[in-house]
Amino acid sequence: MATQHSRSAARIMMAPAVILLLGWMLVPLTMTLYFSFKKYLPLRGGDLGWVGFDNYVRFVSSSAFWPSIQTTLIIVGGVLLITVVLGVLLSMLLDQPMWGQGVVRILVIAPFFVMPTVSALVWKNMFMDPVNGLLAYLWKFFGAQPVEWLSDASIFSIVLIVSWQWLPFATLILLTAIQSLDSEQLEAAEMDGAPPLSRFGHIVLPHLSRAITIVVLIQTIFLLAIFAEIFVTTQGSFGTKTLTYLIFQRVLESQNVGLGSAGGVYAIILANIVAIFLMRIVGKNLDA
Amino acid sequence: MARKITTRRKTLNTLFAWGIGLLIFFPILWTILTSFKTEAQAIADPPVFLFFDWTLENYAIVQERSDYMRFLWNSVILAGGSTVIGIAIGVPAAWSMAFVPSKRTKDILMWMLSTKMLPAVGVLYPIYLLFIKLGLLDTRLGLTIVLMLINLPIIIWMLYTYFKEIPGEILEAARMDGAGLKEEILYILTPMAIPGIASTLLLNIILAWNEAFWTLNLTAAKAAPLTAFIASYSSPEGLFYAKLSAASTMAIAPILILGWFSQKQLVRGLTFGAVK
Amino acid sequence: MGQITLNQITKSFGEVQVIPPLDLQIEDGEFVVFVGPSGCGKSTLLRLIAGLEDVTTGEILIDGNEATRVPPAKRGLAMVFQSYALYPHMSVRKNIAFPLRMAGIDKETQKAKVEAAAKVLNLTDYLERKPGQLSGGQRQRVAIGRAIVREPAAFLFDEPLSNLDAALRVNMRLEISELHNSLETTMIYVTHDQVEAMTMADKIVVLRAGVIEQVGTPLELYHTPRNTFVAGFIGSPKMNFLTGAFAEEYGTDTIGIRPEHLDVSQSEGKWSGVVSVSEHLGSDTFLHVDVNGLPDPVTVRATGEFGVRHGDTVHLTPDTSKIHRFDKQGLRIA
Repeated sequence: MATQHSRSAARIMMAPAVILLLGWMLVPLTMTLYFSFKKYLPLRGGDLGWVGFDNYVRFVSSSAFWPSIQTTLIIVGGVLLITVVLGVLLSMLLDQPMWGQGVVRILVIAPFFVMPTVSALVWKNMFMDPVNGLLAYLWKFFGAQPVEWLSDASIFSIVLIVSWQWLPFATLILLTAIQSLDSEQLEAAEMDGAPPLSRFGHIVLPHLSRAITIVVLIQTIFLLAIFAEIFVTTQGSFGTKTLTYLIFQRVLESQNVGLGSAGGVYAIILANIVAIFLMRIVGKNLDA
Repeated sequence: MARKITTRRKTLNTLFAWGIGLLIFFPILWTILTSFKTEAQAIADPPVFLFFDWTLENYAIVQERSDYMRFLWNSVILAGGSTVIGIAIGVPAAWSMAFVPSKRTKDILMWMLSTKMLPAVGVLYPIYLLFIKLGLLDTRLGLTIVLMLINLPIIIWMLYTYFKEIPGEILEAARMDGAGLKEEILYILTPMAIPGIASTLLLNIILAWNEAFWTLNLTAAKAAPLTAFIASYSSPEGLFYAKLSAASTMAIAPILILGWFSQKQLVRGLTFGAVK
Repeated sequence: MGQITLNQITKSFGEVQVIPPLDLQIEDGEFVVFVGPSGCGKSTLLRLIAGLEDVTTGEILIDGNEATRVPPAKRGLAMVFQSYALYPHMSVRKNIAFPLRMAGIDKETQKAKVEAAAKVLNLTDYLERKPGQLSGGQRQRVAIGRAIVREPAAFLFDEPLSNLDAALRVNMRLEISELHNSLETTMIYVTHDQVEAMTMADKIVVLRAGVIEQVGTPLELYHTPRNTFVAGFIGSPKMNFLTGAFAEEYGTDTIGIRPEHLDVSQSEGKWSGVVSVSEHLGSDTFLHVDVNGLPDPVTVRATGEFGVRHGDTVHLTPDTSKIHRFDKQGLRIA
C-alpha cells in the first residue's frame, strides 16, 4: 500500500519518538554501566577511580544480597500464585449470568486504580495496625491475640497488599479472554459427555493459557519493580528488602553509587530475562 | 447460543459475586466511610460502620494543614502534561508504523516495548544525577518529561493497535478521492482514530497519576504530586485515621472515576494489544 | 477520456515477482474484466493502474499520457473497493461529496452533483445516514456514488460484489452493467467469479500467476480457449477433460468437452457410465457420470425433466464439432 513518498514522510514522523526513547534508554544505561565499574561515593570523596568488577562481586557477596533475592522471589511468586488462581476463579464467576454484573465488575477492578502509596498506607494503618486496625478488632472479636502484621508476618502482609492491587488486573484480563471463548465449544464438549470439571480442564484452561502467560509475564515485570508499597510500610525492614529496594538504599540512602549501579545492572538483566519471554508472545501477536 | 439459566442459579451467582466484589472493594469503601468520621469514631472499638456523625471537617483540615490543592495541582499537571506530550509524539509515530509498515516496523515496536521493561531502579542514579546537573530535580518539567518517557511505549503501542484496526482500504479510498497526506490525516484518520486516542489518553492519565517510583524519588516539596503527599502520612502522629482517609479519598477519587470509564481499554493498553 | 495502456510493467514485492512483464491495452469506454483464481495478481494489477502501488518497471499511459509516477489522486480514476471503504464517520452525503470537496469544488455544485448521483442510485432517502446504518447493497451504491461524482476517466472495481449475498449480487451486476451503458466510461473490474466476467465484460483478461493467459470477448474465450486453464476457468459447470484412449481417438493428448455439448440418452451412445449424483435445478439437470476408464466423473447437462437417479446407466455422445483439442502443454490445437 505504500509508495516512496509516504515512506519518507513516515520516517520523519517516527523520528521524535525513536530519538527520545533511544536517548532515554542509552544515556542512563551507559551511565549506570560506567558507575558500576567505579568506586563512587558522592558524599564521601566522590569518584575514587576504577575498580573493575569489584562492585559486582561485592554486591553479590554482601550479606543483604541473597536475602533480598529470596524476598523478591517470595513476593513475586506469592503474588503471582494468588492473583492467577483467584483471578481464574473470579473471572469465571463474573462470566456467569447475574444481576448487576457491571457493578460487581467495577467493585472488583477498583483496587487497581488506587495509587500504590494510598493502598499501602490504608492497609498499613487502618487494617494491619495491631492496636487500631480493623483486622485487630476482628481477631479480638474471635478471642485471638491481634497480629503484628508488618513485623511478625511482614512478607505475607506485603504479598497481601500487592495481591489486592493486582488481582483486578489478572481478573480483568482473564475475563476478557474467557468472554472470547466460543460457547459452542463448551456445548460440543457437553454433548460429548464431558463433566464440568473436565470441561474446565480440557477447554477453559487451555483457552486461558495464553492470557495467563501474559498476566504472569506483565505482572512479573511490574512486581520486580514494586517500591512504594515497601517504602511506605516497612522501609525494607523485617525481611522485606527486595532487590529493587536494596539497590535504592545503596544508591540514595547510603550513596554508594558504584555498588548500587552494579546492583542495577543485575536488576536489568533479571528483568530482561522475563521481558524476552513476554516479547515473544506479544511479537507473535503482531504477525497475526 | 446462550441458554436459559434457572433463576435459582442466577440468584446464587449474584449473591456470591456481590459478596466477593464487596469484599475486594471493602478497603476502599472503609477508607471513604472513615473520611467522614471524627478521629475518635475512626478508631472506635467496636468499629462503627454507617451509624456515626457524618462530618466534612477532615477534608477541611487536610486542605488547611497541608495545602492539598498544591499537590493535586501538581498531579494534574504531571499526569495531564506527560500524557498530552506523549500523545503528540506518539500519534505520528504510531500512524506511520500502522499505515506505512516496513520490514523494521516490528523490530522498532518490540524495541520500544523493551524500553518499558527497563527496571527504573537500574537507572535511578543516572537520572537523579542528570536531574541535579540540569536543575530539574523537584520541578514539574523534569517529572513531566520522565513520566512521558516511561509511558511513551504504552502510548505508541495502544495507538498502534487502534490504528491497525482502521482498514487500509479507507485510506486508499481517500487517496483515490484526491486527498493528500494532510487531508487524509485531517479528514479521515483523525476522526476515525479519536475514540482510540481518547482511550489512550485516559489510561495514560491513570498510569501517570499513580506512578510512585519517580514521583517519590525525584521530588521534594515543590513538584510533589499526590503520591508523595500521601507517602508523607506514613509516620503516624496520634489520632489521624480520619484525616488520612480524607486525603486518600481525595487522591484516588478522580482516578477511580476515570478508571471506571476505561476498563475495556485497560486490558488492551496493559497487555500491549496482546489481549483485546 | 479513458484509454489505458500498460507497457511492459512488472511488480515485485521484495524478491518475489508477482507480475512478470505484462502488456495490455484498454480502449476508451470498454468494460474490461480481470478474472482469475485468488492470488493470480489481478488485484495487484488493478492497484498498479490506480497508483496505490508503484510499478517496479515499465510504464502506464492514461490517454496517451505518462502516468507511471503520478499519485493516485491525479490520475483521474475512481475506485470501488471490496470492503466499500466508506468513511464511517461521515454521512452518505459527505461520503459522496468527499472527492468533490478534495477537488475544491464549490458547495452549490457539490450539492447538485451529490443529489444527482443519489437519485440515479436510489439513495436520496438515505443521504443523511451514516454508512453503519445501511445494508450491504446500499453501502455498495454509496461507494459507486462516490466514484461517479468525480466523472473519472475510468472506474476501477475491486471485487465489489463479493461481500453481497447471492440475490443482491445478481441485482448489482445488472445495475453496474446499466451504469456502464449510460455513462459509457471505461470500467476495469476485478473478480474471481467467471459468471460476473462473462455477463458484464466487453473484454475479459484471464490471469494466472501474474501472466495474462488470454484476452478476448466472453464468447471468444468460451468458444476458443487458448489453453486448458482458460477452458477450465470459463464456463459453468466446468469443461470436462478427457485423456488416454478417449483423446487418442481424436489424435491428441487431451480433449475438452463442455457439459452442454454432450448428448445424453438412456438407451444408446458413444460412451456409457453410471450416474453418481444428479442435481436437479428445475431448468436443467446436471449429471455426474462415472465413465469406465476415466479418473474423474464427467459432468453432463440434461433437460430439467431428465429422470435418472443414482446408479442408473446412461450413454453419452459428444457433439464432435464442439470438441476442443489440447496438446501435451495444454495449448489449444486449431
